[in-house]
Amino acid sequence: MALQVIFIIVALFTLGSAIGAVVARNLFHAALFLVGTFAGVAVFYVLLQAEFLAVSQVVVYIGAIATLIIFAIMLTRSVMGKEAGSLNSYAWFVAIASALMVAALVWLFSVVKFDINPQPVPDDAIAQIGEGFVTAYVIPFEVASVMLLVALIGAIMLARERHQ
Amino acid sequence: MDKIDLRVAGEAFHQFLINIGLTSGQASLVDWIFGALILLLMFIVLAILLIWFERKLAGRVQDRLGPNRVGPFGLIQPIADTVKLFTKEDITPTGADRVTFNLAPTLAVFSIVMAFAVIPFADKVIGTDINVGVVYLMAFASIGSMSLLMAGWSSNNKYALLGGFRVVAQLMSYEIPMAFAMLLPVLLAGTMRMNGIVEEQGQFFGLGWNIWIMPAVFIVYLTTALAEGERAPFDLLEAESEIVAGYNIEYSGLKFAWFYLAFFMNTWVLSAVATTLFLGGWQGPFVSQIPALGVVYFMVKTIIMFILFAWIRATFPRLRIDQMMSFCWKFLVPVMLVLFLLTAIILKLGLPTIVVWLLILLSNVVVFAGALWLLGKGLEKSKWASKRLFTPEIPRL
Amino acid sequence: MVVPLSWYLFLAAALFGIGFFGVLARRNAVAVLMGVELMLNAVNINILAFWRYVRPDDPTGQIFSIFVLTVAAAEAAVGLALIISIYRTRNTINVDEIDLLKH
Repeated sequence: MALQVIFIIVALFTLGSAIGAVVARNLFHAALFLVGTFAGVAVFYVLLQAEFLAVSQVVVYIGAIATLIIFAIMLTRSVMGKEAGSLNSYAWFVAIASALMVAALVWLFSVVKFDINPQPVPDDAIAQIGEGFVTAYVIPFEVASVMLLVALIGAIMLARERHQ
Repeated sequence: MDKIDLRVAGEAFHQFLINIGLTSGQASLVDWIFGALILLLMFIVLAILLIWFERKLAGRVQDRLGPNRVGPFGLIQPIADTVKLFTKEDITPTGADRVTFNLAPTLAVFSIVMAFAVIPFADKVIGTDINVGVVYLMAFASIGSMSLLMAGWSSNNKYALLGGFRVVAQLMSYEIPMAFAMLLPVLLAGTMRMNGIVEEQGQFFGLGWNIWIMPAVFIVYLTTALAEGERAPFDLLEAESEIVAGYNIEYSGLKFAWFYLAFFMNTWVLSAVATTLFLGGWQGPFVSQIPALGVVYFMVKTIIMFILFAWIRATFPRLRIDQMMSFCWKFLVPVMLVLFLLTAIILKLGLPTIVVWLLILLSNVVVFAGALWLLGKGLEKSKWASKRLFTPEIPRL
Repeated sequence: MVVPLSWYLFLAAALFGIGFFGVLARRNAVAVLMGVELMLNAVNINILAFWRYVRPDDPTGQIFSIFVLTVAAAEAAVGLALIISIYRTRNTINVDEIDLLKH
């Protein structure tokens, strides 16, 4: 019962921050609402007993991606100004379309019967993750590391100051 | 009740609450809130004492007395400072983002206080012994850097913005060697729980501490902790005489007091984490017979680490930002990568414990000495030397 | 289980819908990227909810969630570098105005 109340409160906070992130006129406020959403999602990971994912979410999303977004906002500001609103001319149409999509998903999730098997999470879940990375999923792991290297080099090359 | 254990007090309080008439669940909730409040208040008081301690120490290093007018030995000085900061006018600059401006100091203190929850003061006397304690600390370090970004941006001041972004660059760069330095004790202990790492250091009467096994990693952790805490010699971006105090410029009064308090609490948390990961936490003689002695050992070790931090602050000059960044990316990250690789290989060989420890010690010494030698050769060339009007003759020793 | 699986799925669907709205209805390119990150978070909640409720003893769910996290981080970095580069050459990041490949 208490867990349901906590879930509802955190869900309202997360969805409210998400709506703030996509609607806010001031981009920096939108980035801060995004940080709030990431924090809410991390709390959900803790509720799902995936605590390693929760701290990884905070480190990667809030510590790195949100900071990167704020840096990008700073480096590209002063053009948007006040003449352009924050939303497109067809924003209402998109809102209706996305509401329909969410309604369809909600209907789908309420009629399908999933075979739920709620066992307790094993104690050494983190050790199992580590083992999985180097035994069964070693190829995606290595490909992901190469991808990160490529992304690192690519981002530096793209955003470099060109001295003419 | 044959062991003097701090948990007895907790159980007695829980029993008292049940006797008043609360159910077990509600009594647990009150327990937790009370414990959190005790942690919070104890460390704000401790931060005030630490301010006094650091000022006295800095004074003595600089051949002067330090504060000694207000109260015996100047002990009331930090309280007088806090009262003075209370009475200053609370200015919000025009055009500043009010909500973010007020939220930034709160978030800075929040991120440091949350780190207190996973520090073990004695055996099982810990806020919560989660399975991912070490990565939890990294997470709250990154939230702290977000709060400084908010402070820099919302001040509507170019210097605050520049200072804020540079300090975030410094913090994020030094998170990488710090993550490695925190992960090497995890590799050795086999668990990410903070209490588990301390328990693994209890062997051989104090010779099992990680500082004897991996001294180079301890030195790297010390350096990155100085950078993460924005302490000298890495405090170019928030010192009072540089870049007009960085992101701190527009903060006055109580909000500045929050940042000041956060600075000292951050130093204390970094010392406590160094104690837990490298100096054996609450381990010491007779701690298995009298568990409450663990708190004494922990406090003594943490205060020794704090003295080391304050001593370094009073002694060394500041680094420039490009020297700081070069040092992190070109020296610390490769050294930690090589050490991490070697330690992982040594641990996988499956040798007996003493041989493993000696091999790790050997690899630490060799890699660090080699890296320092390479650094020396690199610094001799004029490309790395700081730009000066003239180049003095470097004497051949 | 106290909190039924469907609640997590509804939450993930709602977050996905909000991100979808952000991607399609925002003018600024950085704001579009924020919408993409919201969608990736929603997908992650979905994977972990199914992991927890259907097969918690198998680490595969968490491993895939970590891969999604990694790919999201790399894509955010490259995307923002692209946006900065576009801003430098065309001096705008209004997605309605970036509609020709040739500058």
